[in-house]
Amino acid sequence: MLLTTTAAAALMLLQQAPAESTDWDAEFGVEVKERDAVTGELPVDPYTQSNANAGAKPYDGAVLAADFGGREGIARIAARTVDLSEADPRIADIFAANDMVRLKRTLGEQFCYLLGAGCEYTGRDMKTAHAEMGVTKADLNALVENLQIAMREAGVPFAAQNRLLSKLAPASKDIIER
Amino acid sequence: MFASCLLAVCQSVAALASPVDPAPAPQIAYARVIDAAPLPPASAPTHRAHQPVSTDASSLAGDGVRLGKVDLFDGGKLLLTNGVATVEGSSGGGIARWATIAGRQVPGGIGASAHATAIELPDFGWRSYGVAVGFGDRLELSLARIDFDTRDAGALLGIGEGYTINLDTFGAKLRVAGDVVYGEPWLPQIAIGIEHKRSRDGALMRALGAADAEGTDVTISATKLLLSRSLLVNTTLRYTAANELGLLGFGSANDGYKLQFEGSLGYQLSRRALIGAEYRSKPDNLGLGEDDWLDIFAAYALTDRLTLTAAYVELGSIATFSDQRGGFVSAQVAF
Ligand code: HEM
Repeated sequence: MLLTTTAAAALMLLQQAPAESTDWDAEFGVEVKERDAVTGELPVDPYTQSNANAGAKPYDGAVLAADFGGREGIARIAARTVDLSEADPRIADIFAANDMVRLKRTLGEQFCYLLGAGCEYTGRDMKTAHAEMGVTKADLNALVENLQIAMREAGVPFAAQNRLLSKLAPASKDIIER
Repeated sequence: MFASCLLAVCQSVAALASPVDPAPAPQIAYARVIDAAPLPPASAPTHRAHQPVSTDASSLAGDGVRLGKVDLFDGGKLLLTNGVATVEGSSGGGIARWATIAGRQVPGGIGASAHATAIELPDFGWRSYGVAVGFGDRLELSLARIDFDTRDAGALLGIGEGYTINLDTFGAKLRVAGDVVYGEPWLPQIAIGIEHKRSRDGALMRALGAADAEGTDVTISATKLLLSRSLLVNTTLRYTAANELGLLGFGSANDGYKLQFEGSLGYQLSRRALIGAEYRSKPDNLGLGEDDWLDIFAAYALTDRLTLTAAYVELGSIATFSDQRGGFVSAQVAF
């Protein structure tokens, strides 16, 4: 018994170290995701695209969208929210582990769609997008604060800010996991 | 036969080869790979995983303390969603109880708040102060003291000039459903609770005609911030026998517990500012013409922790002194 163990140990120690250049991802069958050459986004698992994935019915009329600076303003606010969250020590880790290029686009689309500024939402539904992320209510509050900062910086009137939040708040049940 | 013999021989040889004294602890040869390898680059996703558990293992970068799995004073709540202290020490809007939970904690955390309130009326001076502890978004325990200075009215009432009536309130509130901000707009945050009140002037209360010097209010509250309108709506039903909240005792020879109503309507001007009005119905057990209360308030979160509230209050007739209207100021610190 002892003999075999020692022999096995000796064999293990004698074994050649794996080459420096070993492609561990390939060895273990890990798929490496390549960023799209044009959009710079990582691919995601297939899903059914639908505006219903945005999680709420949009407002109609252009008044509210104008408060947000139209489509361009909305896209800027979404991107700024993502940037702020990536830099926010409370929630940075959750964001850094994911594709922020895509999120800036899809979050912008979601806001734009919900505010009735005439976009289609092409992202996933809220439950799928946040699955297994372990988001807490504190994380959600932090994100809301960052969105509020982004909207305030963009000069969006407070009542209009709340109008957008009112479309997002019901999604909390699909986002908060803990 | 042969094979088994051979096996027996082998076994005996093996027995000879193995040491007589107890086998040494098994040794497993290993190369120190894990410890020797450098930690993964200090990128954000791995950062949290590598943090030692003993220090700030909270998901929030707050500045609280962590006790086991509980964050103490770590904050995380949206501004003003802890309400401001009522005159009875509960989280609410000044004179009406809300379904909100005191303290700045989020689920998994414990928070606390303390407040001091002054109301200046033509014939009376009101001072109240208290503390509250919040457990997650679930439970609130509160403790408050009202010192009601009767000033000159004390002499006219025959209890002595400047006589101060003291009332203690022990409150508990349990959130049973909903969320004040999140979730479906039609589902408010709903909380049930009690307020046990003890007058420290029992003899005086009975002399006034009150049946009791202590009583317990039972409340159910529903509170929602209707984001699409920036409106905060609250209603509370209170089953109570308290005369002037208990300052004049509880019930009377003929009257006891009745259902009363509290309502608040607020408009959110900014993250930090809320203005609104409140109404609170009250019984008239003593037949002194006790009136319902009204206020118009403005609450402002000066910092994340400090909230100031100012209000104009209409308290009607108190102990036969009519037209008690005046100013209400309150400061609350929350952790
Ligand atoms: C009401 C609040 C929220 C809304 C409306 C929202 C909206 C969205 C949207 C539209 C996407 C894109 C889905 C897609 O690209 O297919 C997304 C993804 C994401 N969200 Fe949220 N979100 C909310 C709360 C949060 C919170 C609180 C966190 C974390 C603190 C968070 C972290 C993320 C991350 C990391 C992704 C990227 C997922 C991936 O690329 O796989 N979100 N969210």
